[in-house]
Amino acid sequence: MQFFVNITLGGIATGMIVASVALGLVLIFRATNVVNFAQGAMAMLSTYIAYAILHHGLGYWLTLLLALIIAMIFGAVTQRVLIRPIQGRSPLNAIIVTFGFLIFLEGLAGAIWGATNRSYPAPFAESGEQLGSFHIAFSPFNLYGVVAVLLLMGVMLVLFRGTNLGLRMRAVAFAPEAARLLGVRVQPLLTLGWSLAAAAGVLAAVLVVPNSDLTPTFMDVILIYGFTAAVVGGLDSPVGALVGGLLTGLSLAWVGGYLGGSLEPMAALALVIVSLMIRPEGIFARPAARRV
Amino acid sequence: MAVLEIDDISVAYGAVQALSGVSFQAEESQVTAVLGANGAGKTTLLRAISGLVKCKGSVRYDGRRIDNLSVERIVRQGIAHVPEGRSVIEEMTVEENLRLGALWRFGRRDRAAVIEEMFELFPPLAERRRQHANTLSGGERQMLSIARALVAKPKVLLLDEPSLGLAPIVTARLMAVLRDLTTTSKLIVVLVEQNARSALSIAGHAVVINLGRVVVSDRAETVAGDAELRHHYLGY
Repeated sequence: MQFFVNITLGGIATGMIVASVALGLVLIFRATNVVNFAQGAMAMLSTYIAYAILHHGLGYWLTLLLALIIAMIFGAVTQRVLIRPIQGRSPLNAIIVTFGFLIFLEGLAGAIWGATNRSYPAPFAESGEQLGSFHIAFSPFNLYGVVAVLLLMGVMLVLFRGTNLGLRMRAVAFAPEAARLLGVRVQPLLTLGWSLAAAAGVLAAVLVVPNSDLTPTFMDVILIYGFTAAVVGGLDSPVGALVGGLLTGLSLAWVGGYLGGSLEPMAALALVIVSLMIRPEGIFARPAARRV
Repeated sequence: MAVLEIDDISVAYGAVQALSGVSFQAEESQVTAVLGANGAGKTTLLRAISGLVKCKGSVRYDGRRIDNLSVERIVRQGIAHVPEGRSVIEEMTVEENLRLGALWRFGRRDRAAVIEEMFELFPPLAERRRQHANTLSGGERQMLSIARALVAKPKVLLLDEPSLGLAPIVTARLMAVLRDLTTTSKLIVVLVEQNARSALSIAGHAVVINLGRVVVSDRAETVAGDAELRHHYLGY
């Protein structure tokens, strides 16, 4: 029982981080119809910059704030420079561009910072609590991760549902042509979509990095889990990203806990296959067909 | 008096010439009906005016050229386009659809007032203001897409097949609302229709297009009275 509770809690903690990666993918897909393979690598580079800032003596929280801002600028510039020229072309162009950008960024980080593992600190304890005879593996750091991702999603929910800016962003995502005919300037909103996605990505990265060391490729595996979550939840649904993330996290934890950690990536693959068989468009996707 | 001047515009989709040298003028407080068979180029004409497709030639509103502007800027000149197929945003509520239409034009307080005006003009929408647009019937969707264009108080209204798929009684009511609006708000209305009879009933001027060219541009009564023309191009 204790084992089950602990791996489940671990699954929820992982799931929230995966959800944050998936949310970034969904925001970008919804706005610009691009599957961003560089989502993890962009977050990785921002995390290296945060690491450098941290070593100049700024505290964890100020660094986190700066990392979010830097990531948003990075996301905006990427959209303007790399994505805008291929907007409206074949989806294959976007795949090649974002995949190429992933390789470029990992190479760049390696060239600047080298391939040595660096450690990035956690602001809270990473060990669990003892409650009488019951050991809870859910650490204060895990709790921080869950709260941080929920907070980010809460901010996005208020933005999308409660503001006129969010109304415009939803219009551009759902019906770009109708939005233009209502006087909405589309391009700045697409740029903002990439910014928000990059913020979600770097948040996931700083939650992953204390447990995995900072290397140019540390986001690769979590990106694959993020894709799993986004596909399971539906590529155009933020709620789907959250649910998909939790499902992915729990599957990984249960399979890893009962069948062995080496099977975890297979669990993600199995989840994608099953969900594609049962509901290929994703759990929360809009039923309408999308022109490609 | 403001006019919308279409001067010698041509549009090609690859090798297909959709419009060739189309010219006419649409005047204030009057419905200009654009009629013709399927594939005549009527929808392309509206898309060219609102900037959704590139065209040769010129489009002027109130003496100023608008054909070189982006879609968003053309809208902000007061030119509203209601595309074919009731393009309401289904994932949003009726009220959100209307708010989106008014955003660029009005501040918070005025926005609430113009949205209420639309609910008075189209009472069925008021009852459904908090429902998602995908729960609306065909007629209600058409009302919403027209209301969403009118909420920004445009000076020019481009309507693409508003009667498509609607019951005759709904069409008749819609046409009556349009006719009243045109005179009370001094609108320039360009109405694209396959249903020539109902369009001609409210139009002051009519332009008949066939295979991308203007066949006739004349007073609506004259067009309606020409039995041979009606038979040839308008199917009744």
